[in-house]
Amino acid sequence: MPHDGHDHDHDHTEPPSDIELRVKSLESLLVEKGLVDPATLDALVDRYEHHVGPQNGKKVVARAWTDPAYRQWLQDDASAAIGDFGFKGRQGEHMVCVENGPKVHNLVVCTLCSCYPWTVLGLPPVWYKSAPYRSRAVADPRGVLTEFGTTLAPDVDVRVWDSTSEMRYLVIPERPAGTDGWTAEQLEQLITRNSMIGVEKARTPEELKGAAE
Amino acid sequence: MTALKQEDGPAFCEPWQAQAFALANALIDKGIFTAEEWAQALGAEIKRAQAAGDPDTGETYYNHWLATLERLCADKGLALGDEVADRAEEWRNAYLATPHGQPVALK
Repeated sequence: MPHDGHDHDHDHTEPPSDIELRVKSLESLLVEKGLVDPATLDALVDRYEHHVGPQNGKKVVARAWTDPAYRQWLQDDASAAIGDFGFKGRQGEHMVCVENGPKVHNLVVCTLCSCYPWTVLGLPPVWYKSAPYRSRAVADPRGVLTEFGTTLAPDVDVRVWDSTSEMRYLVIPERPAGTDGWTAEQLEQLITRNSMIGVEKARTPEELKGAAE
Repeated sequence: MTALKQEDGPAFCEPWQAQAFALANALIDKGIFTAEEWAQALGAEIKRAQAAGDPDTGETYYNHWLATLERLCADKGLALGDEVADRAEEWRNAYLATPHGQPVALK
């Protein structure tokens, strides 16, 4: 009789959920066939959970703000300029940097799925992968920006970039006023993940001070 | 219009999501699928799920990811649907036959 003996719970292990079993089964088949190596899988998870994230993009942007030659390099060959930090993409993936200015604001989306500049921003936030963002970023970019609390003057040209498996975009936000003489490390504190997707601007020194208090 | 969700949450909500993520990328890195092929297949899977009533708000993203992985593996003959289903049954039985606290292994 099931579920009547006190010891019953100890003579088996509860199987995982169906979805966990699906992944486990696929993984064990692919490992057996020599198509994937378990150590490679662990390394990939570790890398994206712990080592790759917006901290990489912040370094790129802060250097662009403080080093005109680097900024030019980003315009000419972003993959190579970003690779200078050791942040390397996968094969065949090209990075493009798009710069915000007083009259231009750039916004990045992937309308198809979730293509995203992993090497500089890590894995995308949930909202980036959602249908509302994917469709509205193209149909109503100013509306999307407003929802993120970003208001732009009417004469600012809003440009929307649709990422693909081959082209990934990084927004270089405008350097905030009142930051003359700041070091790259200080500037990094003003740069947010969202400002590098283009849904927000970089933080101002006042906002940074407010956040610290 | 649907409001945008702005909370971030963790990169992976459950360990299987990280495993599915890693499997697809390991196969792309080995050149078994191209990144382009993967993006097209994932885009098509998301459209299919939307058409079937998935809210597509980002929370079910890794379900689509896994479905894409299963479909591509089947299409390429790497792991057919029946093979995966049989293997899942073997794992389930292995769990049920393993005393609690012992490591679970396939026979």
